[in-house]
Amino acid sequence: MPQMGTKTKKQPLVGVHTESAWIRFILTGTALLFVGFFLIIPLITVFTEALKNGLEVYFASVTEPDAQSAIRLTLLTAAIVVPLNFIFGIAAAWCITKFQFPGKTWLITLIDLPFSVSPVIAGLSFVLLFGAQGLLAPVLDSLGLKIIFAVPGIILATLFVTFPFVARELIPVMQAKGSEQEEAALSLGASGWKTFLFVTLPNVKWGILYGVILCNARAMGEFGAVSVVSGHIRGMTNTIPLHVEILYNEYQFTAAFAVASLLAMLAIVTLIVKGVLEWKGVVDGKG
Amino acid sequence: MNITNKRKSKGLFFLLSVITSVALVLSACGSKNESASSSSEGDKKAVELLNVSYDPTREFYQDFNKAFASYWKEKTGQEVTIKQSHGGSGKQARSVIDGLEADVVTLALAYDIDAIADTGLIEKNWQQRLDKNSSPYTSTIVFLVRKGNPKGIKDWDDLVRSDVSIITPNPKTSGGARWNYLAAWGYALKKYGGDEEKAKEFVAKIYKNVPVLDSGARGATTTFVERKIGDVLLAWENEAFLAINELGKDQFEIVVPSVSILAEPPVAVVDKVVDKKGTREVAEEYLKYLYTEEGQELAAKHYYRPTLPKVAEKYKDTFPQLELFTVDELFGGWREAQKKHFDDGGIFDQIYQPK
Amino acid sequence: MAKTKQQHRKGVIPGWGLTMGFTLTYLSLIVLIPLSVIFLKASTLSWEQFWQIVTTDRVAASLRLSFVSSFIAAAINLVFGLLLTWVLVKYDFPGKRIIDGLIDLPFALPTAVAGISLTAVYAPTGVIGQYLDRFGIEAVYTPLGVVIALTFIGLPFVVRSIQPILHDLDQQYEEAAAVLGANRWQTFWKVILPSLVPAMFTGFSLAFARALGEYGSVVFISGNMPMKTEIAPLLIVTKLEQYDYEGATAIAAIVLIISFFLLFLINYLQWRTSRKYFIH
Repeated sequence: MPQMGTKTKKQPLVGVHTESAWIRFILTGTALLFVGFFLIIPLITVFTEALKNGLEVYFASVTEPDAQSAIRLTLLTAAIVVPLNFIFGIAAAWCITKFQFPGKTWLITLIDLPFSVSPVIAGLSFVLLFGAQGLLAPVLDSLGLKIIFAVPGIILATLFVTFPFVARELIPVMQAKGSEQEEAALSLGASGWKTFLFVTLPNVKWGILYGVILCNARAMGEFGAVSVVSGHIRGMTNTIPLHVEILYNEYQFTAAFAVASLLAMLAIVTLIVKGVLEWKGVVDGKG
Repeated sequence: MNITNKRKSKGLFFLLSVITSVALVLSACGSKNESASSSSEGDKKAVELLNVSYDPTREFYQDFNKAFASYWKEKTGQEVTIKQSHGGSGKQARSVIDGLEADVVTLALAYDIDAIADTGLIEKNWQQRLDKNSSPYTSTIVFLVRKGNPKGIKDWDDLVRSDVSIITPNPKTSGGARWNYLAAWGYALKKYGGDEEKAKEFVAKIYKNVPVLDSGARGATTTFVERKIGDVLLAWENEAFLAINELGKDQFEIVVPSVSILAEPPVAVVDKVVDKKGTREVAEEYLKYLYTEEGQELAAKHYYRPTLPKVAEKYKDTFPQLELFTVDELFGGWREAQKKHFDDGGIFDQIYQPK
Repeated sequence: MAKTKQQHRKGVIPGWGLTMGFTLTYLSLIVLIPLSVIFLKASTLSWEQFWQIVTTDRVAASLRLSFVSSFIAAAINLVFGLLLTWVLVKYDFPGKRIIDGLIDLPFALPTAVAGISLTAVYAPTGVIGQYLDRFGIEAVYTPLGVVIALTFIGLPFVVRSIQPILHDLDQQYEEAAAVLGANRWQTFWKVILPSLVPAMFTGFSLAFARALGEYGSVVFISGNMPMKTEIAPLLIVTKLEQYDYEGATAIAAIVLIISFFLLFLINYLQWRTSRKYFIH
């Protein structure tokens, strides 16, 4: 059990870093109540709605061709978006936390910006750029490229929306770690890449992990921005969230929630992946 | 020096490879899509149409597309597949303007097709190209009330009563809601002999009874049906029928007011797109097929009022007779209505302006 | 101070050119260029037109609602998110790992589904709503509903920002504090909390920023009544429905500018506090 490994490692002085039982109880209780109100009850709603008409209907609605094509498109999008934003996140966190330069706060704020942009506006900005009336329309036309209302547009919109995740998770972690260890490794003659791979990466693996998990979840779940650039063509440019909306609007509530539950299950799958990584981390740490 | 150079070139190589792979993937996706949508010559090769439509037509076009595909196959031997896209009428029109390659558009109101025509994608005279103002089927606005009509709602006058709560979507974001609003306005105009001030007061009173302005028609239906909020839902006739059939025959009933609006959802071929893709012939035939007996039958089955007299006669028991007025008669066309009532600062906004 | 800074930059750590170059290029391609198009479009309006659009009562009311409810939601998330993270990292209880995984749910769930589910739960007919109703609290179709939706979508930001830091926080500090005679509360207040502050700022600012732009889930639960529960992103959509791209981008631009400066302020504060605690 991974937890047990960490637990024994973490608790050499019992009583020093834990609270009295009743405080723990109250804190845990409050936290669970909050989670219950905001996460668990809505989640249960999704699953009860999804399974209302039995498993058969559930499987029928997630294996239907349009749903399948939506799932494929969503996976493709995430497979492209997450690695790109991962690389960006590491580069950005590196230059922000390892170096001093003027305008750093500006840069961080610019990285945050995609969050505060209404998804509708995010989509619209790509339409204004690549759309038929857009700035780049003549160029795209002459090249015969289609970006908006096709897969590239969906990928771009998702890139935009999930842009800050990895970077923003990494920055505080790397900042808290400081640079001494890297400096030591470098002064001992390790190359830059080696230092990064063997000193920095292991140090910030939690930050990376959370960043990637969030980025992935959001990439698959994004609705607003993708909705603007997708064109909603059934079986072609619909992602899972768009497909859910379509089903909902067709009064196929059960099917809508069934497909939505796939995304909820995604959260649980990433949890398992995280558990495995955590466990491996403990094993490696010991070996 | 050597080492740093090597390091640098490695990094550069890495950067370059990332950028190229992005470009490759993007262009691959792009070109794939391109070839998929342009596989249409005049010969017997399979052809693909994209029909960009609004929300409540999903069920109807699902059936109609099948019927048309077999009709076209029989007539020409050519396979045709019709892709559908649905969404709010205004949003769909905007997508077409911004480059969604629709062969035909079938939207909620003429104003939205006018907006497409303004960009030159469709010829200006589109509404004269097909019969009945290019509206092969019509609908109207009716009331959906809870079973047994507990509040005794019979006509528009009951909607201004202070004990009645009304669900209708936001006319600024929903095409359907604009029909609702205009229907109420038209009734008030007739009632007060064309007095605009009185009509405004009447409509304002109705909207005072609206507790929730959903952003779309189907959202409003959900609020009424699932959340059980409100005593009456203003809805398209076909939506009201659909809600009853899909969501509970024993829970709701339809009340038909004495006067309502003739809703004419128009259709048009997008000239620029069909000429580029070479699909004009099949696209035009597709729309004409809406006017045939088969098309009209399907429309009637999905509770759109057929315009073909023969089919209308057959379904006359389904659709109650009532006095209907058109947008052109009372409002001088959609552009006028839009400008006066729904644009920013228009009458709808004034209703909500704090005094 | 200035000297060490300088040394740092030119110091032993490599990769400045590469990472900075890549960061700026990618940032420009994905974010800055598209966003600048928004400003370009909004700039086709004259200053008077622009000012008139963003100062009408309705737009002002919606901006107020958006900013206030986003702030409240982010604050709720900050408090409960910290508590939740604490419980998740420090304590053990059955089902802990499942709850840990559920934190990401607000991202994974399409916003429309989230909005519909929340409305169903908090409506007077819903699981929680019926109890609220008994106390005369109306949750859905009121500003409270907006806050509920925004709290939901912002929660993961706070938890996931604090979690890695708390996870890695060196137990030695706590032990040292305890050995030196600090009680648990003092240890938390003087030792643990300060090192969490930067991450808390991050979480707060992200939750806040995300809440400002949220559209999909809010339109279902808010009721969209002009002047009362109409959020700024809805007005943007409203403008688009009238093919008024300029008006839409004008509101978008004002939201962007205000949120940029708020974020900037938060980031600046964060940087200052972290300098205080992490100076080497």
